[in-house]
Amino acid sequence: MSSKKTSRDFSRYTAVLTPVLGALLGVLIGSLVVVTRERSLFLVLGQMFHGAFGTWSNFSSSMVYAVPLGFTGLAVAFSYSAGVFNIGAEGQLQLAALSAAVVAVNPAFGFSPLVHVTLAILAGSAAGALWASVPGLLKAYKGFNEIVVTMLMNYIAILLVSYFLQGPMKNPSSYYPQTVRFQQTAWIQRIVPSLNLHWGAVIFLAAVAVVWFVLHKSVFGFQIRSVGFNPEGARYAGTNVKGIMLASMVVSGALAGLAGSVEAMGVYRRVMEGFSPGYGYDAIAVALLAGLNPIGIIFSSFFFGALRNAAGNLQVDFGIPISFIYIIQSSAIVFVISAQGFLNRFKMFMRRFKHAA
Amino acid sequence: MLHDILSMVFSEAFLSSSIRLASPLLLAAMGGILSERSGVLFLGLEGFMLLGAFFGFLGSYYFGPYVGILTAVAVCMVISLIYAVSTVTLAVNQVVVSVSMNILALGITGAYLRVLFGAHTHQLTTVRLRVMEIPLLSSIPFFGAFFRQNLFTYIGYLLVPVVYIIFFRTKWGLNIRAVGENPHAAETMGVNVSRIRYLSILWASAFAAVAGASQTIGNLGIFVDNMIAGKGFIAFAAIILGRFHPLGVMLTVFFFGIVDAFQLNLQAMGSSIPYQFPLMMPYVFTLIAFLLAGSGKAPKAWGVPYTMEK
Repeated sequence: MSSKKTSRDFSRYTAVLTPVLGALLGVLIGSLVVVTRERSLFLVLGQMFHGAFGTWSNFSSSMVYAVPLGFTGLAVAFSYSAGVFNIGAEGQLQLAALSAAVVAVNPAFGFSPLVHVTLAILAGSAAGALWASVPGLLKAYKGFNEIVVTMLMNYIAILLVSYFLQGPMKNPSSYYPQTVRFQQTAWIQRIVPSLNLHWGAVIFLAAVAVVWFVLHKSVFGFQIRSVGFNPEGARYAGTNVKGIMLASMVVSGALAGLAGSVEAMGVYRRVMEGFSPGYGYDAIAVALLAGLNPIGIIFSSFFFGALRNAAGNLQVDFGIPISFIYIIQSSAIVFVISAQGFLNRFKMFMRRFKHAA
Repeated sequence: MLHDILSMVFSEAFLSSSIRLASPLLLAAMGGILSERSGVLFLGLEGFMLLGAFFGFLGSYYFGPYVGILTAVAVCMVISLIYAVSTVTLAVNQVVVSVSMNILALGITGAYLRVLFGAHTHQLTTVRLRVMEIPLLSSIPFFGAFFRQNLFTYIGYLLVPVVYIIFFRTKWGLNIRAVGENPHAAETMGVNVSRIRYLSILWASAFAAVAGASQTIGNLGIFVDNMIAGKGFIAFAAIILGRFHPLGVMLTVFFFGIVDAFQLNLQAMGSSIPYQFPLMMPYVFTLIAFLLAGSGKAPKAWGVPYTMEK
């Protein structure tokens, strides 16, 4: 009894400790890459810290970066809880932003900001959900590898968005491939006028609460997790495994869609080509570092958001390539997942050792 | 318009460019197929191709194209050990590590390109491998195009029979297939599952590296961020579509080469179609091919980590 309790305490301990260690190790490895003779590790780390948290304005920007990462992180975590790996958040969020823009530029909905914002967000999420339902259907009913399908669909989505921004939806009076500015009634406003943090952050926290509730307190969530844990067992228990897989992708696409529409409405107030620096791809690291836990995603999205913000500042100030954050992301994931693997192998080894003794 | 398209498609130049565009896919797929058949899901093809393209470029930039190829292979094999240790030795989720390998490749290539060369990377070029005409064969009308290619394409041709022989004529290949179907049974028969899977991963990363290097040293002579642009995923899809058989995979990648040549020519013809749609074609066609052909029968233990206890 007591040994069982300590082992549970131990795993709870490692569940928090490994991601933190992974994040720190990732930052260290990533930073070593950009260290030169003139640029010591401490200078890089110090500048990163300053860029992310040094001033109220930097801190606010870190949170602004965290919002889309949080939504896409939730998206990846949601479907992956059912064992479906959605690598397509990037395509979903881009199409969602475009779809939200169709509503957001239309003055017909301008009679109430609340209605306009809500409709635009819904339009975005619907587009994301629709785009994600294709790999969802193929995975659930045909057994296609969802990673290949979502990845191919990312390229298609990004090219489609590019076509619309250069063609039918282009602002005719602008040189750049971008839509006209959204109607003011479709803006997601700033919380404090002097800082760029917008109400999208609150929408994100609400989404965390909903996703946490659905995953951990509802029958649907129980089915999702049981399909993710053991599809055969879930089928045996009478769960509609295929339906659950598809539903998990639809919800995932809708969440990824929120990232795109909220980003467009809260930050740029329009959609332009390349408005997402890859929030959909960062989502993988966000979700995995958080161990798929919605509450954990608040922290991991903030960590990676701060990192993007800091890296942006480093690029401007020192010409340090922003790509080094991908080294940080991948080192952190590989560390966290390998640490779990190592602990599992170690436990197995100890069990066999005890049996032998 | 239609006449133009038809006369384009049935030209020797079109055949030649189809082959050229299929060759990185062929190299990557002939690498990946060993890993897949040994039961290890190798979604990292994309990332290793990108690393291969970059380190191939780097080696070639400083020491010439042949050193470039070797550099690409060496670096990719070393980095693939991260993948091998975590997925085979520590038995962690192959999909997750594959995806992180792809992210890692984006990071390493993007960061080092600028650390080494600064912000102005667009003028950097390296020597490219020239086309080698094979005497007699290259003078065959029309089909001579197969024998007017560069070294990378010939390596690709060679790999098809080599992989075929490995799979179906050697003990090693038998073991690879056994490990991919039922690692427990294979282990009982005295096969070292971990060793087979390590070798398969090293093989896959080595030829993904050559495939990537073919894009810089063989093709463009320059390195551009994320220049593989999904070719690794298309090669992966080709392995599935080709039913995990070297000959099936060869036919599939050739089909993808034709699609790619078609869209490039369509763009070059200066038609009124917005350029995004031709660019989309390789991805759309891969998806459609996937839908029409179905996913087929994969090795039974594909993607399942192996631990002796279970």
